[in-house]
Amino acid sequence: MIPGSFTYHAPTTMDDALALLGSLGEDAKILAGGQSLIPAMRFRLAVPEHLIDIGGLEGLDYLREEGGFLCIGAMTRESALDDSPLVQQRYPLLADTARVIADPLVRNLATVGGNIAHADPANDHPATMLAYGATVIARGPRGERTIAIDDFFTDLFENALADDEILTEVRIPQPHGQPGAGDGGAYLKIERKVGDYAISAVAVNLRVSAGIVTHARIGLTNVSPVPLRATGAEQALIGKAPSDEVFEAAGQAAAGECDPSPDLRGSVAYKRDLTRVLTKRAVGKAVERATSPEAQAGGAA
Amino acid sequence: MSSRSITVTINGEAVTREVEDRTLLVHFVREDAALTGTHIGCDTTSCGACTVLLEGVAVKSCTAFAVQAHGKSVETIEGMADADGTLHPLQEGFWEKHGLQCGYCTPGMIMSAKHLLEKNPNPTEEEIRWGISGNLCRCTGYNKIVEAIQYAAEKINSQSAENVGRNEDEAAAQQEVTP
Ligand SMILES: Cc1cc2nc3c(=O)[nH]c(=O)nc-3n(C[C@H](O)[C@H](O)[C@H](O)COP(=O)(O)OP(=O)(O)OC[C@H]3O[C@@H](n4cnc5c(N)ncnc54)[C@H](O)[C@@H]3O)c2cc1C
Ligand code: FES
Ligand code: FES
Repeated sequence: MIPGSFTYHAPTTMDDALALLGSLGEDAKILAGGQSLIPAMRFRLAVPEHLIDIGGLEGLDYLREEGGFLCIGAMTRESALDDSPLVQQRYPLLADTARVIADPLVRNLATVGGNIAHADPANDHPATMLAYGATVIARGPRGERTIAIDDFFTDLFENALADDEILTEVRIPQPHGQPGAGDGGAYLKIERKVGDYAISAVAVNLRVSAGIVTHARIGLTNVSPVPLRATGAEQALIGKAPSDEVFEAAGQAAAGECDPSPDLRGSVAYKRDLTRVLTKRAVGKAVERATSPEAQAGGAA
Repeated sequence: MSSRSITVTINGEAVTREVEDRTLLVHFVREDAALTGTHIGCDTTSCGACTVLLEGVAVKSCTAFAVQAHGKSVETIEGMADADGTLHPLQEGFWEKHGLQCGYCTPGMIMSAKHLLEKNPNPTEEEIRWGISGNLCRCTGYNKIVEAIQYAAEKINSQSAENVGRNEDEAAAQQEVTP
């Protein structure tokens, strides 16, 4: 199907893009990789009058460690995460996530910024960024501001950006030390077929220090109307020595606090139980990675 | 209705047309440039029959606007064979290994595989399967497609090894004649 009519704008500087956003207001939408927006426009679920393509802006496509963070430019393609040795070696949760987002062709265009800005609870990066405790950087007419990821997802497809703001960067705290030195993460997802959205998926990032889980954050994908942090599951881990019983308790907490809807992907009971099992396994994998330098990302999920 | 003139270099030739802003790249390729080898198999960005290379990168052309390709290069299945009709090793592989039945998915498979082999000239079977996971085939069961891509990878690698060999021979011959 062909999208409704709109006027296309291709600014080449951030100032021009912001000026356009300011003058066109809510009739305009930002076009990044287009892999969520164009499908929505083809079904006329979105009918923007203006599209502002930010693909021509310089300097929004990068991955670098700086000031204690991994900084990811908003226009960084998902495929760049797949191809980055830095991500593969030091950010196992992000590496796990990137390779199960959509399919390779979609990942060649889809952007990290778009995946988060879309605020779709079915998208995989929201849970990952919740687990990392990421920070979102936004640029608007009044300059730059930072938004904690916990405050970013406000409703279904709604985020904390103002109409005249552009998401420019996402920052993930750097792990402490080398792989296996205490920090670990994992993303586990069950989908109906390769390339599909999750039935349920679980993002875990934690730290193990002297045999005790001292830090844990967990995000859940597609089992709630808004991307969800599983704080109950986190509390079931923090202060405990890793064990199967502790992992099971975290899984049960996550199953209790998620809020799935029944649909073609499964019933509520099924999705809750899947969330329990995935949480348990993802926590186990994250602990293994946190404590063993050999057990890092890459290879089969 | 908003429209504009765009120029896209398709298979090395500049194509300039007036298009509506909402024209999808796949319709530009098929209808404006009359290159109907690129197929449309779904409405949901699922099948990959529409795969083309945009600036060398495999993308689903049903999920990009033609205006986004203005000033850029696009490669389609029609650009794969040499001007004299010699098939590209990937096309030859699909022929030799029976990598197609109805052929509907084939142009997209070949364009995806081209990008895959450029990024990774020696993929494992697992990497090939993963690499074409955005392209659906309803006929073959994929095994023959994987074999076709393996055939092409071997052929491309042996051709480039031959070229390296020939260049080395030529360099050696040059050395001999120059005192
Ligand atoms: C077949 C298919 C399967 C998919 N499967 C998955 C999956 O399994 N998991 C998954 O996570 N995703 C999946 N996706 C979605 C894909 O990852 C999207 O590309 C991504 O969600 C959005 O990124 P984008 O760059 O394409 O954004 P766009 O589609 O261009 O934009 C999405 C929204 O975000 C806004 N936006 C984009 N960038 C910015 C910015 N910098 N600042 C402010 N607002 C912005 C846009 O205005 C728009 O409202 C799938 C897509 C397809 C087509
Ligand atoms: S036509 Fe099916 S993915 Fe493009
Ligand atoms: S050969 Fe028929 S769809 Fe692939």
